[in-house]
Amino acid sequence: MTREVVIVGGGTGGSVLANDLADRFEAEIDAGDVRVTLVNDSEDHVYKPVWLYVPFGKREPSDGRRPLRDLVDSRVDVVVDRVTDIDTDAQRLTYRDGGGPGRYDKLVLATGSTLAPDEIPGLAGGGHNYYTEEGALALQDELLSFTEGHLVLSVIGSPHMCPAAPLEFVFMADDWFRKRGLRDDIDITYTYPIQRVHGNPHIAEWAEPLMEDRGINVETFFNAEEIDAENGVMTSMEGGELDYDLLVAIPPHRGIDLVEDAGLGDRGWVEVDSETLEAEHADNVYALGDTADAGVPKAGSVAHYQAGVVAQRIASELRDRPATETYDGKTLCFVETGMDAASYVEFDYENPPSPATPSKKLHWAKLAYNESYWLTARGLL
Amino acid sequence: MSETQAEKTVDARGAACPGPLMDLVGAIREVDSGSVVALLSDNDQSLVDVPEWADESGNEVVATEEEDDYYRILVRKA
Repeated sequence: MTREVVIVGGGTGGSVLANDLADRFEAEIDAGDVRVTLVNDSEDHVYKPVWLYVPFGKREPSDGRRPLRDLVDSRVDVVVDRVTDIDTDAQRLTYRDGGGPGRYDKLVLATGSTLAPDEIPGLAGGGHNYYTEEGALALQDELLSFTEGHLVLSVIGSPHMCPAAPLEFVFMADDWFRKRGLRDDIDITYTYPIQRVHGNPHIAEWAEPLMEDRGINVETFFNAEEIDAENGVMTSMEGGELDYDLLVAIPPHRGIDLVEDAGLGDRGWVEVDSETLEAEHADNVYALGDTADAGVPKAGSVAHYQAGVVAQRIASELRDRPATETYDGKTLCFVETGMDAASYVEFDYENPPSPATPSKKLHWAKLAYNESYWLTARGLL
Repeated sequence: MSETQAEKTVDARGAACPGPLMDLVGAIREVDSGSVVALLSDNDQSLVDVPEWADESGNEVVATEEEDDYYRILVRKA
């Protein structure tokens, strides 16, 4: 019987994994012994980091979209459908349109993050964000016409996609307004839910003096409680209050209900062993990228590295060999520190980050990576 | 295990900082004033983060209990 490997989610993790498996199982797939299916609820693969640049008029959302079928090896069955139920005991899947394999031998959940602005009263109508395509375009409209007042960047949800992105946004906004001669008329405030400006203490220690140098106000221990859009006021659980003219908020994040319904973890994140990425509450189920609750950043590089680990483990298991590959927490991020300078961090479970001195070269390296990302998705880089 | 009662328990064992505190904040959002939330954390940083946040937010740490390999921190919502 053909062994079924089903990957749910065609983002970075799912695509890299599908291509990796197609490569490893080339002979078995051709012989009909293994089938790799990638299920995604859209025809397109989306590279979300492009959205950071959209509000500043530097990129278009279409720069971050490619047809999924163009990125994935032809040996992979790409199914555009939505998985609506997982029975982990019977190892069976149900689909909205009935499109994919009913059973699985190995299941990988790479379903990513969704936004939950409704969890904060007033946020859905009162705050902008660059964590969706529509949000980035709406923010672009606001930002391009913003010439004076108080811009507040509030990190409301944690964990959230790309922990560096809120820092990047305020650094870029500061520089962008300076270059346009508007900075003296615009105050910028950055809020963060804990007692420092970033979850990782080493990155916080690096970023805080930069923010001070640039006159970016900081409010820590600020967990937004309510947004009063009509009056431009946000209040926090800690009793703080901030007036704003333009609010850019990182909303609470969740995984998808499917995960919780299947008993695999809370808030749509799959509880996994942080090294093997195996689900804690089911056999033959893996999770990677944002979906995996592994205590690491929700970032594309994480999904990329984890995909290699999961591919090796699945290949070994289906060949009745010991699965030896483990994920060591490796994370790699470029961090924009202005419109033409960036830093870079690399870290893992054992080694903390040590942010590089910002430079133009690193900024261009980030832009070059963004362009070459499509090679990553294809499994070539 | 302690006898102290909590309306809600958040198990953040295994989570890296600031995960446990953020899990606690999320749980506090969901309970009524006066309710007690228990945070289970095996991260020593929680012993600092949680009292600091409670001070800042006006909530109260009513007990910190050391279990075999984790802490149970009880916070009453103001």
